[in-house]
Amino acid sequence: MTSGAIDPSFASAPAAPAAPPSRLRRRQWLATLAVALKLTRTRIGLVIVTVIVLIAILGPLFAPHSPTAFVGIPNSGPSSHALFGTDQLGRDVWSRFLHGGISVIWLAVASTAVGIVLGLIVGLAAAYAGGAVDETLMRICDVFLAFPPIVFALLLISAFGPNLLLLVLTVGISHAPRVARVMRGAALQVVERDFVKAAEAVGESRWRILFGELLPNVTSPLLVEIGLRLTYSIAIVAGLSFLGFGLQPPHADWGLMINENRLAIAVQPWGVLLPVLAIALLTVGTNLITDGIARAAIGLDRGDS
Amino acid sequence: MTKFLVRRILLGILTLFAVSVIVFVATQALPGNAARAILGKDATPARVHALERQLHLNESVFSQFTHWLGGILTGNLGTSAATQEPVSQLLSGRIANSAFLVIVSAVIAIPLSIAFGSWLAVKRDTAVDYVGSTVSLVFASLPEFVIGIALVLVFATSVFHVLPAVSLIPPGDHAWDHLNAVILPAATLILAVTPYISRIMRGSMVEVLESDYVTMARLKGLPERTVIVRHAVPNAIVPAIQVSALQLAWMAGGIVLVEVVFSFPGVGALLVDAVGNRDVPTVQALALIIAAVYVVLNLAADVLTILVTPRLRTAER
Amino acid sequence: MSTQLASAPSPVQVHNLRIVLVGSRADIVDEIVIDISPGEVLGLVGESGSGKTTVGMALLGYTRRGGVVDGGEVLIEGANLAELRDAQLRKIRGGVISYIPQDPGTALNPALRIGTQLSEMLEAHAGLSEADREARISETLSEVALPSDRDFLRRYPHQLSGGQQQRVAIAMAFASRPHVIVCDEPTTGLDVTTQARVLETVKDLCRSHRVAALYVSHDLAVVAELADRVAVMYAGRIVESGTRDQLFSAPRHPYTQRLLRAVPDLAGKRAVVGIPGRAPQPGHRPSGCFFEPRCTLAEERCGQEFPPVSDLGSGHAVRCYRAADTAAKAGVTDGAAAAPAIDIGEAVLTVHELNARHGSNQVLFDVNLTVARHECLALVGESGSGKTTLARCVAGLHKNYTGQVSLAGTVLAPSARGRTSDARRQIQYVFQNPYASLNPRRTVGQTIARQLELFFPGGRRDIGTRVAACLERVSLPDTAINRFPDQLSGGERQRVAIARALAAEPAVLVCDEITSALDVSVQAAIIDLLRDLRQEVGLSILFITHNLALIRTIADRVCVMTGGRIVETGATETVFESPSADYTRQLLANTPSIEAALGEVAVAGAGSGSGSGSGSGSGE
Repeated sequence: MTSGAIDPSFASAPAAPAAPPSRLRRRQWLATLAVALKLTRTRIGLVIVTVIVLIAILGPLFAPHSPTAFVGIPNSGPSSHALFGTDQLGRDVWSRFLHGGISVIWLAVASTAVGIVLGLIVGLAAAYAGGAVDETLMRICDVFLAFPPIVFALLLISAFGPNLLLLVLTVGISHAPRVARVMRGAALQVVERDFVKAAEAVGESRWRILFGELLPNVTSPLLVEIGLRLTYSIAIVAGLSFLGFGLQPPHADWGLMINENRLAIAVQPWGVLLPVLAIALLTVGTNLITDGIARAAIGLDRGDS
Repeated sequence: MTKFLVRRILLGILTLFAVSVIVFVATQALPGNAARAILGKDATPARVHALERQLHLNESVFSQFTHWLGGILTGNLGTSAATQEPVSQLLSGRIANSAFLVIVSAVIAIPLSIAFGSWLAVKRDTAVDYVGSTVSLVFASLPEFVIGIALVLVFATSVFHVLPAVSLIPPGDHAWDHLNAVILPAATLILAVTPYISRIMRGSMVEVLESDYVTMARLKGLPERTVIVRHAVPNAIVPAIQVSALQLAWMAGGIVLVEVVFSFPGVGALLVDAVGNRDVPTVQALALIIAAVYVVLNLAADVLTILVTPRLRTAER
Repeated sequence: MSTQLASAPSPVQVHNLRIVLVGSRADIVDEIVIDISPGEVLGLVGESGSGKTTVGMALLGYTRRGGVVDGGEVLIEGANLAELRDAQLRKIRGGVISYIPQDPGTALNPALRIGTQLSEMLEAHAGLSEADREARISETLSEVALPSDRDFLRRYPHQLSGGQQQRVAIAMAFASRPHVIVCDEPTTGLDVTTQARVLETVKDLCRSHRVAALYVSHDLAVVAELADRVAVMYAGRIVESGTRDQLFSAPRHPYTQRLLRAVPDLAGKRAVVGIPGRAPQPGHRPSGCFFEPRCTLAEERCGQEFPPVSDLGSGHAVRCYRAADTAAKAGVTDGAAAAPAIDIGEAVLTVHELNARHGSNQVLFDVNLTVARHECLALVGESGSGKTTLARCVAGLHKNYTGQVSLAGTVLAPSARGRTSDARRQIQYVFQNPYASLNPRRTVGQTIARQLELFFPGGRRDIGTRVAACLERVSLPDTAINRFPDQLSGGERQRVAIARALAAEPAVLVCDEITSALDVSVQAAIIDLLRDLRQEVGLSILFITHNLALIRTIADRVCVMTGGRIVETGATETVFESPSADYTRQLLANTPSIEAALGEVAVAGAGSGSGSGSGSGSGE
């Protein structure tokens, strides 16, 4: 048999360029993260985010004063017992800052989770089902997409009043159609590929195809979307708090602090500067990580074709 | 193509209808006495009754909806629960101001981004590109109100006392008569939007510059300027136009925070005030208008895409 | 070697050209020597990765991103391209030397009208007045049998067919009356009929305008019909060059010989033989002869140093230490005889009165065919003939049809989901694109194991051995089990796809153009494999292809399709030697063949391979 001999060059076949070890390859998302972590920007982003998150979570343990205690003359500058001065009610800016991050973070994470889960299911189902189901789901998404996220949240807050759970739900729901569109787009490219048809030809069940064939092949865009949505969530949640619709006074919250201390900005900028810097760094950090993941995903996908 | 256009417009109208349903349901049709819930536990019975009558809350949900929608379509936007003025009166000046702000920002941001993105693409992988792209990335991450506050910090207070921190436009006056007050809000919007458009422009320009047809144009010995202007740009600009339209639509929601930061007398600031006052009719009207602008701009984006892509323009539908 | 006048320099002279990768400096091509006279066509032949396109583009002073010239020189009409300033290089590109791209679909700007793209060529180079430019465009378009009226010129590329796009590209290249043309596989992806016309056009234009041409291709049959001289590239080096007759009748390099034996023979006199292994990539090339690991004639010195050029006289040169010994081997017409016949059983797959639709268009009309046990039935047709739709209906992937598909007498449901598990197991499908038919997130072992689990559940324990057995059947080692698809070559991936199909132990294997995306030597190996499997396992095969010559090597019977209908069915021998349908005759006449080009064999239906002329009008 001429083709009987085992192909001699197989053993020396060169591996795909820059592919991570097989152990990691089994899970695409692990591989993407591994490659992303090698990039400088991801590392910088990770450091920034870790620092800010640590400040937010551990902050309350290190605050010299209670966030609601009166420590000095309102709007006074840095002094011996108020590191960064006092706010417009005479409370210690530094202590309020250390207490003010956790709410932003948990609200942002929760809304992202809601949006991603909802959007993922809708997007994959629409791509796989196709036809009328796809059309209907996308029309419904279009209707929700017509609302800018802030406006949608404001709409519901006007009727029910400020409510943290409501906030999480509305922000999550406004993310969902955007996530659904992106995941549908990514899934459509996979649905047409022959290996999905091969799975259908041998009669695999629909669920197995959705989660066994489709999902593993769209984890890269999914990771990128998670990063993007988280960045937006932080911005929206902070924005709503800034408007006074998140955590209510006298609680300490970065967004709320910015608004409260705005009027005295010329005299005592720290009350605004600290939370603004924290939010800015946090969003820049998450976006850097997301960008790193996006680049890693593109690099890995190129190795496929 | 006209068939497609008609279909798309009908779809847009349908979407607007669905949007109005959502606005209505979100504010009025949910369980519990809406008026009492809106005004809170300590509202006087008189106020509650007034609101009930105004919102037709004694009637069925369906007829409430028809009353409301019918009113909107005939120009009656309801009466503000806070000031008892007709909502349309509250809005007219504000809409003009916001529109002016958005248009000024767009007119500057879009050409700026396209030029910036193309320049970065041509200078690909050089220090200029690296710095430019990183700066873009940073600005793309920042929430728009953070950009606004930062601008206030820099230009209106500590560093330079150049521009007003607050847009002190007397009520009744128009924004374009007080351009000084428009500069910082517009700058905020421009800085918020430019990174996205220029990133897309850079990306698509890079892709186009590596395409087979640009290579072919070079192999034909055409002068480089012809290659870029006649072959590359018409193809590269299409995604940038789409994103520009979408960013314009984004601005419809983005002005909310920006107007509040600068106390700019526009639609966004009014919306936030109305929410704070639980002024449901005003909120309903504003939400509907903002969503309508969003839908119309998205429609325009779709149509523009088709006009600009010969392959789609000439296909039979 | 060259017959030009001593005073004028050859239009194309390449001396020891070396192009390397930018980062690693690994060589892509090296020691390239080329000389082309006016009016002469040099065919540059090689498989994927040989560097032939890189050489072609280098003649225009262009390297693709990631490559850079590292040595040697390219002289176009005596001018050294490396020494020219940008403006001078631009004048030469398009003015003296033109390029015909491989894929006109992507090489024509989708946003510009055809007329604009044609006239800008002349604006840049010909220095003609506007009226003269219009006249030249009309002239060139009529030379390629395209209309030149205003309506046509105002069209966009997407409004033309593939063949028309390619002819526009040819017109663009010839419009400025260059002295040299580089054709980069311009007929890839075109139908046989269109291909014949395009080749005819290129040949005529080169002759009439005395243009020196470099024709880059992997298709040896096409090169045999077109080229005066041929150079064979392997892993970035030219390993043999000479006149067409020298190379095809008396090749001296073992690779050339093996390559010729891998090309399917339209006349059916010999079987294809593949070449195991694959060519070394840049950076992984050994210090000795690059072909040595795969060469049956290799000696010790072959592995030590790359062979120098040996001049065999009359312009025939080769780089091989064993060239003298290989002279004993004759040319292309030698080789193993076609495979012995296999016993054919009764019908196992029947298609009865099948009418299929895509949406509201009907694409198959009253199709009837049968495949018997152990038989290989080939389904041949050009693109749009409906053959893939038919295959998908058989496999249950396309359910919009009326009529019946039956397996061993039992009628099957139109959709795979509606069929019994056993029915799905019995008909297995192998797809065309080896890069898309395997899940990139699964290892080879997981893909095959999944197939085994689906159809033979229970038996978890020895799954490893069973997977290894499946792989061995397609000659893949068990180190493949933990590899991901992107770590395999195209041929290896296709083997995995076949192994996956065979793991189900089917009665019928549907092969949908499974070798179209592969190099000819890899294709031959796959065909070999299928033939052996038929012998061992007693498989029936429904083999879909557009490549007539390929059918000759593997099929017992043939169905010829066009426009959704079967126009002829019969035993392979009969259909090829005495076709009854006009369409079949036309296909046979238009298919390029090495033997026909050399004048050794006459192909039924026409003379030595020239098509039905350039034709008139713009239709295809």
